[in-house]
Amino acid sequence: MSWFTQALTSSIGKKVIMSLTGLFLISFLVIHASINAMIFYNDGGETFSHWGHFMGTNPIIRTLEIGLVLGFLIHIADGLWLTKLNQSARPVKYAVTNASANSTWYSRSMGLLGTLILIFLVIHTSHFWIPNRSNQFATGEELNLYQMMLDIFQNIWVVIIYVLGCISLAWHLLHGFKSAFKTLGLYHVKYNDAIRVIGVAFSIIVPTLFALMPISIYLGWVY
Amino acid sequence: MSAGNMRLTLKVWRQSNTDTKGGFENYNLDGVSPDMSFLEMFDILNEQLIEENKEPVAFDHDCREGICGSCSMFINGQPHGPLKGVTTCQLHMRSFQDGDTITVEPWRAGAFPVIKDLVVDRDGFDRIISAGGFVSVNTGNAQDANSLPIPKENADEAFSAAACIACGACVAACKNASAMLFVSAKISQLALLPQGQAERSIRAEKMVAQMDAEGFGNCTNTHACSAECPKEISFENIARMNREYIGAKSSSKVL
Repeated sequence: MSWFTQALTSSIGKKVIMSLTGLFLISFLVIHASINAMIFYNDGGETFSHWGHFMGTNPIIRTLEIGLVLGFLIHIADGLWLTKLNQSARPVKYAVTNASANSTWYSRSMGLLGTLILIFLVIHTSHFWIPNRSNQFATGEELNLYQMMLDIFQNIWVVIIYVLGCISLAWHLLHGFKSAFKTLGLYHVKYNDAIRVIGVAFSIIVPTLFALMPISIYLGWVY
Repeated sequence: MSAGNMRLTLKVWRQSNTDTKGGFENYNLDGVSPDMSFLEMFDILNEQLIEENKEPVAFDHDCREGICGSCSMFINGQPHGPLKGVTTCQLHMRSFQDGDTITVEPWRAGAFPVIKDLVVDRDGFDRIISAGGFVSVNTGNAQDANSLPIPKENADEAFSAAACIACGACVAACKNASAMLFVSAKISQLALLPQGQAERSIRAEKMVAQMDAEGFGNCTNTHACSAECPKEISFENIARMNREYIGAKSSSKVL
């Protein structure tokens, strides 16, 4: 095994991959939330569609999109691998555990929260990304994503699923954001407070912004 | 030790050896003093079992003053019980209420197989130390104390890491049975001092490789290890180990 494979398949290496892909996905959330928030201009989707068109057709963005899909797949696969290894590291479970005395529930539930986000992601991409890209491949034409949002978010159950997806994301980020830095060795009194504050703010603001989109459309605030 | 009046129900894990299946046994214990240590309470239990011609409970203990790290007991869902910053021998029965049911289990980890009852095999830790947790120097006579000046802050930080007694509570507490707090403390205590510099890279690489080979889990940064550590080893050590390992892998002479 080369030094590189050895490093990446070691316990720390697998965590570093988890951390780097996680931070990459966090950077994607910033772009995704910013562009989707254009719907709040309430201009009939003009600004949103302008940027949506840019993201859907720009060759650099389209190339980066391959990286994004890979980022998701690696984060999920590595997470499943680590979870399996971690479970087998304790073949006989404790009869009694008082884990709340030493750690937060969400830090211990990253696999569960990640699975909930994955289920949401399957629903979400089958609503927008998959039909849109399929149509682009088939006809070269983009779909009217704004109109699709207005239609899809008329269903209360869809809105509830999206809000639950955002809640899972918020808890996942609340641990994941700061955890990613610790794994990279970035844990120091000089900047721990900054990472914690930014992490908490990010975990609240971004999922809230996302959740407000289906809610606003359902309630007719955005039309 | 004054005779006490606490009545307890103990639910203790019994297992005759590594290869047999274990299970819980319930024992009633009367006359427990709140001033007894948890291990003294177990001594009373074992005397009672011997009088009844039953097999006493096997448990690890040595110094009984909180520094040897032998007394591995998972008490009511926490390593070394509910009190922070102590080992089982330093836990007293006043931390419990009269009439309590106390569940006592061994450390649970694939890398710590049960030898008997509450005794587990922690040789994995020794093998990790043998892999690189040392400095290769001829000992000879002790050096003059000030021949190698070290700033107090550095000495303090190294000493805090060196306070690790290898008890294994970090592994027991971690939801993933990860040994990273232990390994990182051992890597840190040497990485922070000039004596540890020559073997710094190879040490991080070898100790992490041995930790992985032993089958310990992977850290998910929950901080449970640090919260349960009887010596309150800082979580900062794990971040330092990550830096040491990433740095070693990308720059060491080992191919």
